Amino acid sequence: MAILLTETGELTVASTDGLWLSAADAERATGWTLKAEGMCRDALCVPLPAAALRDGRVDLAAFWRTLDNVALSDDAGEIWVLGAGADARNQALAGLVAPDFTLPDLDGVPHCLSDLRGKKVFLATWASW
Amino acid sequence: MWQALYDELKTKDFMIVAVAEESRGADHARPWIEQAKADYWCLIDTDHRLAELYGMVNVPQSVWIDAAGRIVRPPETAGSTDHFRRMDLATRTLTPEDQAARAAARAAYLDAVKQWVLTGAHALEPDAANRKLPRVTPEIARAHAHFRLGVWLRRHGRDAEADRQLAEASRLHPDSWNMWRQAADLVAVGNAGGPEFWQRVRALGDRPYYPPPDLPGFPR
Repeated sequence: MAILLTETGELTVASTDGLWLSAADAERATGWTLKAEGMCRDALCVPLPAAALRDGRVDLAAFWRTLDNVALSDDAGEIWVLGAGADARNQALAGLVAPDFTLPDLDGVPHCLSDLRGKKVFLATWASW
Repeated sequence: MWQALYDELKTKDFMIVAVAEESRGADHARPWIEQAKADYWCLIDTDHRLAELYGMVNVPQSVWIDAAGRIVRPPETAGSTDHFRRMDLATRTLTPEDQAARAAARAAYLDAVKQWVLTGAHALEPDAANRKLPRVTPEIARAHAHFRLGVWLRRHGRDAEADRQLAEASRLHPDSWNMWRQAADLVAVGNAGGPEFWQRVRALGDRPYYPPPDLPGFPR
């Protein structure tokens, strides 16, 4: 078992020996589908290194790193963060489209930035610390 | 903190989204939010996701987003100033002059936001906005992943391992006051403003803690 912390949240997957997942779990976690050409999302396919595919299972950490993204885990290799790499972050900002996010209010009700389209938004951070 | 501004502008197709970068969770932020009696959005960001998406490194920082969802001012200090660095630490007070200068800067900032909402002033052209975007390095991208893991481990009681992850995040992204101060606060409430914080502030030397925004009423 492994817990994945991804861009969209947290999910539990059956993993073996690091972050080897079934193709179905890999897709659930990342949105990338295993095909003959490699890992595919929308019209894009990225070849999967030979060493990252075994008996229909995918070494998701290795794949994630081939995308220049960040994959790292706790000491036991059970909790994994799949984060965006620097290029992905910079490209997301470069077009000046405000990166969308959904965060809860005090009552746990989710709010989505893009629901405010049509209004000017003053987005400000604060902290108690 | 922003309620007066919101009261004045809420009929002008305007919204304030105040996000607490608060890894201790909603209940820790609750007293401040309830006291503010805010009717704009007050959201809780335990993983500092906003800092990661927008490249923010301190609080308060703000981003101005136009009605089409475009960034017209990238992250910048939202009205705070460096006057606190001259605070008398024994009495925790500022001189009257510094108090006045600090209040004037905050008023100038609020006025700039207001002018933007009413007239579009201070919105940057795309080229200028692009130049002011923070640049994410591979180290910073890794730092955010370590930070996220550290917060998760802390939430699940694995404090020693968590603190190693959080320390690695700060090592990789030393400019992030958010990461360092949040990690200090997770060890003990109050730590984020303790002696080590002041040591780090002094180590800035001539560099600002709150870089002033490029707006009227702020030093160039």
